[in-house]
Amino acid sequence: MTNSGISGVSGVELKQEDFVRLPKERNLSDAIVRPSVSYWSDVFRRIRSDKVAVMSLGIICIISLFAIFAPILCPYEYETTDLLHTNLAPCREHWFGTDSLGRDQWARVWIGARTSLLIGLGGAIVPQVIGIFLGGLSGYFGGWVDMLIMRIIDVGVCIPSLVYVTLIMLWLGSGPAAIILAIAITGWMDSARVVRGRMLQFKNREFVLAASTQGAGSLRIIFRHILPNILGQQVVSVSSAIPGAIFLEAYLSFIGLGIKSPMTSWGQLCQVGASFYRLYPYQLFIPGLLISITILAFYLFGNCLRDALDPHLRD
Amino acid sequence: MEEHLLTVRNLRVSFDTYAGEVQAVRGVSFYLDEGETLAIVGESGCGKSVTIQTIMKLLPTPPSRIKEGSICYQGKELTALSDKEMEEYRGKEFSMIFQDSMTSLNPTMRVGKQMIEGILRHQKISRGEAKKRAVELLGKVGLPNPELVYRRYPHTMSGGQRQRVMIAMAMACNPKILFADEPTTALDVTMQAQILDLMNQLKKELGTSILLITHDLGVVAKMADRIAVMYAGKVVEYGDARQIFYNPCHPYTWGLLGAMPNLIQDVKSELYAIPGTPPDLYAPPEGCAFAARCPYAMGACLKLDPEEYVCSDGHVSRCWLMDERAEEVTPPDGVPTLPRKSVPGKPSGNTLPEGGTAHE
Amino acid sequence: MSEILLEVQNLKKYFNVGKGQTLKAVDGVSFQIERGKTLGLVGESGCGKTTVGRTLLRIYEPDGGKILFDGKDISRIRRTEAKALTRRMQMVFQDPYASLNPFFTVGEIVGEGLKIHKLCANEKERQERVYELLQMVGLNKDHANRFPHEFSGGQRQRVGIARALALNPDFIVCDEPISALDVSIQAQVVNMLMKFQQDMGLTYLFIAHDLSMVRHIADQTAVMYLGTMVEYGNTKEVYSNPLHPYTQGLLSAVPVADPDYEKAHQRIPMDGEVPSPVNPKPGCRFCARCRNATDVCRSETPQLKDVGAGHKVACHHVQS
Repeated sequence: MTNSGISGVSGVELKQEDFVRLPKERNLSDAIVRPSVSYWSDVFRRIRSDKVAVMSLGIICIISLFAIFAPILCPYEYETTDLLHTNLAPCREHWFGTDSLGRDQWARVWIGARTSLLIGLGGAIVPQVIGIFLGGLSGYFGGWVDMLIMRIIDVGVCIPSLVYVTLIMLWLGSGPAAIILAIAITGWMDSARVVRGRMLQFKNREFVLAASTQGAGSLRIIFRHILPNILGQQVVSVSSAIPGAIFLEAYLSFIGLGIKSPMTSWGQLCQVGASFYRLYPYQLFIPGLLISITILAFYLFGNCLRDALDPHLRD
Repeated sequence: MEEHLLTVRNLRVSFDTYAGEVQAVRGVSFYLDEGETLAIVGESGCGKSVTIQTIMKLLPTPPSRIKEGSICYQGKELTALSDKEMEEYRGKEFSMIFQDSMTSLNPTMRVGKQMIEGILRHQKISRGEAKKRAVELLGKVGLPNPELVYRRYPHTMSGGQRQRVMIAMAMACNPKILFADEPTTALDVTMQAQILDLMNQLKKELGTSILLITHDLGVVAKMADRIAVMYAGKVVEYGDARQIFYNPCHPYTWGLLGAMPNLIQDVKSELYAIPGTPPDLYAPPEGCAFAARCPYAMGACLKLDPEEYVCSDGHVSRCWLMDERAEEVTPPDGVPTLPRKSVPGKPSGNTLPEGGTAHE
Repeated sequence: MSEILLEVQNLKKYFNVGKGQTLKAVDGVSFQIERGKTLGLVGESGCGKTTVGRTLLRIYEPDGGKILFDGKDISRIRRTEAKALTRRMQMVFQDPYASLNPFFTVGEIVGEGLKIHKLCANEKERQERVYELLQMVGLNKDHANRFPHEFSGGQRQRVGIARALALNPDFIVCDEPISALDVSIQAQVVNMLMKFQQDMGLTYLFIAHDLSMVRHIADQTAVMYLGTMVEYGNTKEVYSNPLHPYTQGLLSAVPVADPDYEKAHQRIPMDGEVPSPVNPKPGCRFCARCRNATDVCRSETPQLKDVGAGHKVACHHVQS
């Protein structure tokens, strides 16, 4: 409670003319004083202010840049063998050494990075897109569409994913596309379920009803109103699915189902390296370390993204 | 010497957000005596919830922080207490009921178990006794078949029943003060009437003081002994219930009263509405925060925040209209007229005014 | 005699809640609204008043009865016709926080209907119309590029009103437009609605649980209980001479902003809660909470009967 006199602490002295009624037309009270922030700019602000997010994103960027440019700048081809220089340790000519056929490991590691990252991204995005599409249909329209899609999923999830993967690899051979397809066929079901649930939740929100009372058709409601609201969470699940896909590729290649030589990936490099790891440990540990760092970076970034997108944490 | 049960002096609370400091409470003072009901009235965002959550130490720091002021309970300074020490008070001396009974009850726990936990935390009695006490309380708040209710889950009950359970839990340790944050806003009128009657009845029986927060003046009229009207983080007018309702002195209070249609007066063609929106406390205006919406605003209102003027015994208004230099104004239709009995130039100062005794 | 804009005859809307049970949200409700007038629809939550509003706008398909809008039965029309109808019937929603899409700017929200119905020749014209609408509800064009979360509850509700007005409708369902707002803001919104009604000759169905506000805005009042209408008539008549025990209890439960009145006032006791509308028993639905319930109330469903001057009551104990 202030106990200062009328003259006030601020030193402003009030005079008689200050006590005259102001004109009525001066409604300033609806003005908004805070700076305008859209949803996404707010998300970027949160990501920027999160050290872990910036760091993990930086690592992801560096690895991606290397994957794009390192093979181009490297004087050696990843598939050229040089039987005079096999199993070299890292040296000035061959930064990561060479393998048992004398191929330059530096070139192979970054070509492998291309494959692994491609599979990581593709394996996370493709099932998500299918899932959003089918889950969205199922949730929005309900009825027999919903029934059909949900029953397919019920049956689909009962079959172990390794069975699909093996069958598809046998059918399509072992390329990145086959692995992405294999991941997509098992992965879409989870995201379809999630999207269906979110769709049901948003379908009866008042702003969606409002759009339909404005005369909006189903397509407009789904794509303009509901999807943007769902998308944030799905971006999070994409970013947290990437490490899973990278790991699955590594695992498949490691057990001999995935990428085959001379094409390469981190998993394939590990598989080859593992057979000689007592003699030439760097052949295993360099790609292994890169897998671990990449997975960790994506995982941490996914977590930060989730925090940044979470509406409950917005201030 | 302290004579009031709870005294809050010049409380200032701010939140640190990305955009900067938001001054949610900007110097609030009031007191609460034993066995009385004080209602804090105001629009959402005026800082009334922040005030009582600060008293209860329920706000996480950061982002919130107490910038200034004291909260004194029975002669003890609460702002100095640690969270651990405060736990001794919460539930035992103070308890709280919220607007949303669904989120404040644990959905995975039976009602009875939640009550027993609360009772055992503060009372040294056996589990069996605690159970007996819980059932007794459930009966006391007017729930039929308390033994059955005791075994139910919160989501199987209606909003009114849950609010009764909340009250039973709040009353479990005979608290000195019950903080009620919009306890009936989410309920239908019939349920609201039942809950308010129940609160009044418990107050009479147990002598509990109630600090009620609401924006509904109908509820205030039914419950309050004294009223503090808050606007933009400040108390703009306070006094006892009859003073505020029959002799309001602040244009904001006029606005609140004029905006309420009621069932006993004739229908007016247009309600007296306060235009615009309360200010954003991220950048509180200079001078009186209400000036931008006030039809009676004067030059002084934009320059300097008004002092407290005593309208009558225990009735204080923070408005330049009360100054002797301001011209007479008549409040809008439907609002009781304003007698000019102010004591000009004498802010109430550092002594808190006594509770209103004489009714004119 | 003035013209009837909307007439509802024996409207029914049931929901299937599983296990072969039906929730009779609206069970035979009839009323009519004259052009340029307001019907207030009051009742506790769960009485079906929101469902009535949504069924009128065909968010829900009615399960029975007729909805005559401007003399035409719209209860069973096709999708394209329903879309055309949205230009004439609009809605203001209850929750100002949930009824605006957080990803749209306020300008986009208000202008959406204009875009869908292609009412403006070009982008610029639409922009102008949006500014005009915002101005009408006391906002300005600087607000058009802001997102809903930057606004206060009252401002958002005004945006909702601007959206409803954008298509120049004849009829607006106001679904508890003020119950989520502060008292001072409620008056703002109600004054605004009443002003637009006068200026544009709008017709309202005003749904609310706030009885004092309905008395202020409505020309006629209908009281609903558990999916049925229990009392219906001129607002003045219903409020000054409530005949149904439910209406009496409801009115007496409203707190009045007058401490002396509150001290002296004895509330008509109406304890207990609204029972579930799933598979209701025959008989008067209110009888479990009614002071005057007798055997006839438990066995026979009372019909709305006229007690004079269009004042209708559904109670066995009211003599016509």
